[in-house]
Amino acid sequence: MKTPQSTEDLANRIRRHVVEMTSRGGSSHVGSALSIADLLAVLYGQVMNVDPQNPDMPERDRFILSKGHAGAAVYATLAERGFFPVEKLKSHYQDGSDLSGHVSHKGVPGVEFSTGSLGHGLSVATGMALSAKLRGANHRVFAMLSDGECDEGSNWEAILFAAHHKLSNLTAIIDYNKIQSLASTQETLGLEPFTDKWRAFGWNVVELDGHDHEQITKSLQSSPVADQPTCLIAHTTKGKGISFMENSVLWHYRTARGEELEAALAELETQELKEVA
Amino acid sequence: MRDHFVARLCDMAERDPRIMLITGDLGFGVLNEYRERFPKQFINAGVAEQNMTGIAAGLALEGHVVYTYSIANFVFMRCLEQIRNDAAYHNCNVNVVCVGGGFSYGQLGVSHHATEDLSIMRSLPSVKVVSPADHWEAAEATEAISRESGVCYLRLDKSAAENQQSPDETFELGKARQLREGQDVTLIATGGIMSEALEAADTLQEQGIFARVLSLHTIKPLDQVAVIAAAKQTGGVITIEEHTVDGGLGSAVAETLLENDAAPGFFRRMGLRGGFASIVGSQSYLRQQYGLDAEAIVGQVATALPARFAIVKAA
Repeated sequence: MKTPQSTEDLANRIRRHVVEMTSRGGSSHVGSALSIADLLAVLYGQVMNVDPQNPDMPERDRFILSKGHAGAAVYATLAERGFFPVEKLKSHYQDGSDLSGHVSHKGVPGVEFSTGSLGHGLSVATGMALSAKLRGANHRVFAMLSDGECDEGSNWEAILFAAHHKLSNLTAIIDYNKIQSLASTQETLGLEPFTDKWRAFGWNVVELDGHDHEQITKSLQSSPVADQPTCLIAHTTKGKGISFMENSVLWHYRTARGEELEAALAELETQELKEVA
Repeated sequence: MRDHFVARLCDMAERDPRIMLITGDLGFGVLNEYRERFPKQFINAGVAEQNMTGIAAGLALEGHVVYTYSIANFVFMRCLEQIRNDAAYHNCNVNVVCVGGGFSYGQLGVSHHATEDLSIMRSLPSVKVVSPADHWEAAEATEAISRESGVCYLRLDKSAAENQQSPDETFELGKARQLREGQDVTLIATGGIMSEALEAADTLQEQGIFARVLSLHTIKPLDQVAVIAAAKQTGGVITIEEHTVDGGLGSAVAETLLENDAAPGFFRRMGLRGGFASIVGSQSYLRQQYGLDAEAIVGQVATALPARFAIVKAA
């Protein structure tokens, strides 16, 4: 029997919040947020050194969500971990709220960096990792990117730079769900052979199932390779956890309402029961 | 100006380990002393301005005081979104240093003409915009912007007016400097083109027309007190910038005056109009071609003050 604090349980809670938040707000990107729920649950529930009571402590691990459109998942994670009251999630996307559709740090404890335009987060994370290395600080820096986001050339500038400067304290996590805004990544602007590209740029690359908590934990906790940044290519399913949202371009922008919302929450409840059984 | 920038930055880097200079693979020769003396405070990011600026934001968030450095438009235009979202929105101490404002690289062609930077940078919330007129202002501004918490844009001209500082004068961001006193007209200039304004003022003075000359080294925040006083105390205001007239110094001054019910006797904006430069040439040649040299400034005063100027013409 798993404890209520298990990362699986945390992921399930994140998914429930994400579905409710996007439904209430009439906002999009529910599929992109569900896709990273497991990765976030392991990062914040198991791997990263963070303190909800002291969100700015200097020795914390840094996490930047570069795919800012999945911000609902980060807000949900932070609230569940106690950075701010879960109640605040109800304001997401509402008039006057500071919980914007794309992740923003202002007024939201625990958000390291605001994004929303793609191709920014990895460079900033690289700068943070460089600073840590220069100062002899031991924390790690994580940046989570979407696959579609890798179309942006600025990422490849950062990929060159991080390898050149041997930033072993930097980990890029790719949410490789293989679907972007209008179609599959392969139809839109093919990334394959994706792993080879990162390797050729000098990165240590690990492929994993981005929904298997054991694999995620192992991949994130394994010791950094000396003199190389690490890229975790996490194979994921867009819309993961809600059968009718999975692997569907439609749920990049669609919002669950009415019967769809009830069906989605019912599925998550079933999964929760399975986990604690 | 860039040598004075680098010299001051060397002084600062020696005192303050937080100082970090990142170049986009430019500054051959110019940055040698700095990179040799402070290898741990120097990064060549390669020809990759977007990443350079993102890295600058990341470093600044960790407590570094960062200067990004490249030629003309490369340092701010290619990476404008990184400046806006990553650096300015996060209130990072990132100082964006443009080497070669206006027509500094006039012969190199339109790609190297930084002639819209002031208006573009001025429109970004909370970003300070600084354009020194002489070497003293350039060095002082270099240090002053390090003390500002957020993003500053520093436009360094290849040309410079002769140093005008008076004994014991201190440089203050956002505070205009009065370089000549006069009541007939005020010439407000920013950047190295100040040399033309000063020459024009001297020519006018020989003819008995006294021009107040203001160096508006900080376009934003703008010294409202000095600008309003100029409009009220002198016959009229002429702004001079090596830059498009759309949204730069002249626009900023006009906005200030009208919003404060301080319309001057006359008002002229001298700057670039009518599209991209179609020819190349030295900075002084292009100023002449586009009507921005001392002679053209005197001409503007002549049209604004025809009665007074009749004497000059006769002479």
